[in-house]
Amino acid sequence: MADFYLLVHYIGEKILIDFNNVTKIYDGENVGLVNANIHIDKGEFVFLVGATGSGKTTFINLLLRELRPDSGEILINGVDINKLSNREIPQYRRAIGTVFQNYGLFPNKTIFENVAFAMEVVHTTPRTIRRQVPQLLALVGIPEKADNFPKELSGGQQQRVAIARALANNPQIVIADEPTGNLDPATSLEIMHLLEDINKHGTTVIMVTHDPEIVNKLKKRVIEIDQGHIVRDDKQGGYVANV
Amino acid sequence: MFRNASYSLKQASKQIWRNKVMSVASTFVITAMLFVLGLFFMLTANVNMATEGVKEQFNTVEVFLLDKTSMAESLKMQKSIQAMDEVDSVVYITKDEALLNFKIRFGENSYLLDGLTENPLPNSLRVTLNDLEKGEIVAEVCRTMDGVEDVRYYATEVNKILEITSVLEKVALVIAGLLLITSMIVISNTIKITVESRKDEITIMKYIGATRWFIRGPMLCEGIIIGFISSLIAFGISSALYIKIVDSFATRLMLLASTTLVDAQYMIISLGIIFVVLGISIGAVGSIISMRRYLKA
Repeated sequence: MADFYLLVHYIGEKILIDFNNVTKIYDGENVGLVNANIHIDKGEFVFLVGATGSGKTTFINLLLRELRPDSGEILINGVDINKLSNREIPQYRRAIGTVFQNYGLFPNKTIFENVAFAMEVVHTTPRTIRRQVPQLLALVGIPEKADNFPKELSGGQQQRVAIARALANNPQIVIADEPTGNLDPATSLEIMHLLEDINKHGTTVIMVTHDPEIVNKLKKRVIEIDQGHIVRDDKQGGYVANV
Repeated sequence: MFRNASYSLKQASKQIWRNKVMSVASTFVITAMLFVLGLFFMLTANVNMATEGVKEQFNTVEVFLLDKTSMAESLKMQKSIQAMDEVDSVVYITKDEALLNFKIRFGENSYLLDGLTENPLPNSLRVTLNDLEKGEIVAEVCRTMDGVEDVRYYATEVNKILEITSVLEKVALVIAGLLLITSMIVISNTIKITVESRKDEITIMKYIGATRWFIRGPMLCEGIIIGFISSLIAFGISSALYIKIVDSFATRLMLLASTTLVDAQYMIISLGIIFVVLGISIGAVGSIISMRRYLKA
């Protein structure tokens, strides 16, 4: 439990995410990740690029502890997350905010309830929820949509709600899996600015994307995966390697 | 725990309301299934009661004794018949008692019997059987006894009744089987649809860090509430229907039928218990099954 407290609350460690020689092969033949070494520091902004099926989703599922590696270790704040008990997994995930390509909002909950759900999960009092949800919605730029349902919002607005929900419990890491995949370029850029803002406040952001324009424009760290292998890790890279 | 229960209940009622189409559809399916099962229960309960009633009327063997048979001999015969495994009880009926019964049965017309100068009825032994199907054996034994004039046992009628009841039992079994299979198919299909619509939601809840029970609680409550509402609707419809049937049976069909229907109050209480238990279990089990696949870890 002391380890676990460290994992969720410790701020001082420099290396936040540490994949050491991680290998994941599905059914003994389909390559997920091979001998991957990835180190991501606190406060970094990282793009994860690569073709479909290259291993990006495997990386995310390993990080969320939805999958276990065949070999190697995954340390978060120095704690091996594969040693977490089933009871600790939900608590661990609360330290990570997740944003999906298709927004992942609950269709039968209002915008307010969608964001509130993340706080109800950690047993936040209703009073605190009533105070903080409007603040979060204001932060992502849609303070007036609290009582609407997801289907009444545009794609960009829905993604903002998803980001607000991901931020609800002050996560150390935000994982965004193709957050702009369904959005037009202008809206995509707005979402990117939002993620950049979040990153500026100290939250580590890992974003999987297929969008070369965004990657080339933001000039962040780029990790490229190809058939399970890390083939490139540029400090300030573009979507494709500079030849 | 209490907080979780009230949270689950609140979320569940909200989700049922917001998800009206699905909720109404599931309620309709479960109600229909329960109602059909209820109809079947009413039918079998009544058929059972009717056949039992008919069997009771025919489960006696009457042994008429010769007038020359003495009282002592008669009592000895009574004892030996009583000793048989197939026999429940034996009553000795004197010819005077028999005539009295006759007069009572004739009622207002009993004066017709007043003209008799001599009692033409014999002394008799009325044998009540344990098991209707063993009647023929008992009758055969009695026929061979000394001092017996005649043995009356409704063999053909009894055989017919036994035949009919065994057919009825088989038909009931087949119907019950068919009903059970269809209910299972219909309900599992409904659950499949619910699962598909909930798959993404459950996955997202897991990613957000909700514990299994935090996800399960509200959905379990939803299933239980829908099952409970369905059972109430099915209960309302079927008990109203049964009361109506009993009423019209009493006023119109009484003369035609030799038996009465199962008491309405008894039937309604049984239906209520069956429906509520079944409805809640269908709802609860259904939602647990539908979630299981996506809630392993």
